[in-house]
Amino acid sequence: MSQPLPNKLIIPSQQTEVPAVVEAVLSEVAKHDYDEQARFAIRLALDEALINAIRHGNCCDAHKQVTVEYGVTDRECRIAISDEGCGFKPDRLPDCTRPENIERPHGRGVMLMKAYMSEVKFSRRGRTVTLVKRRKD
Amino acid sequence: MDPKESRLKVTQDGEITKVAFLDRNILEEASIQQIGDEISSLIEHATNPKLLLNFSNVEHLSSAALGTLITVNNKVRQKGGQLRLSNIDPQIYEVFAITKLNKLFQIHDNAQQAVASFK
Repeated sequence: MSQPLPNKLIIPSQQTEVPAVVEAVLSEVAKHDYDEQARFAIRLALDEALINAIRHGNCCDAHKQVTVEYGVTDRECRIAISDEGCGFKPDRLPDCTRPENIERPHGRGVMLMKAYMSEVKFSRRGRTVTLVKRRKD
Repeated sequence: MDPKESRLKVTQDGEITKVAFLDRNILEEASIQQIGDEISSLIEHATNPKLLLNFSNVEHLSSAALGTLITVNNKVRQKGGQLRLSNIDPQIYEVFAITKLNKLFQIHDNAQQAVASFK
């Protein structure tokens, strides 16, 4: 899918906005008969990405927005989440599974996104994350 | 759910405090904060707390919820207590396994096994 993503939602940086976005994307996913495991994965990864954008990207500043663009086909679900923050360097995130980090209460969101999605790509210096879940044949 | 209502069902079984989650989805920060506060209160009011968290009702949880569980685990240990988790859905158990938190927490298939594991 190389065309612009067909659906777009723009929300203020408030965590109360997250469930409606997740439900909107999942209702599109439901039209394409993805299995329960894929739906679980998409919900989890999208929730983590939205919380990161609101909390870490936009620092919960309600004047800043989060843009969610998404498209679902029979082959893949692709979601791009963009914030208005300063960005970050995803390759510098500590490994939260290492013994010295295992008891840290934060820092598992990106790891879970990568574990559950087929592809996770950061762009705009970390201000946009694109999540892709490809359908298993 | 009204944020003033408890998000937990708490029952006392001898020395063991059994906690069940009322939310199916533990995702929103406000509810995670409330759950953490409620469980922390239970820990603070006990000496050597024996706490069992039953996840039978839970279908989704976020990394922030995992963070709260880690904080709860630390508080229980600081009070010389014991924490057990039970009835975790296989899909959610996978989240614990991916993050290797299945090694940090004592997780049991069901509440009966968890109760029997307390020392």
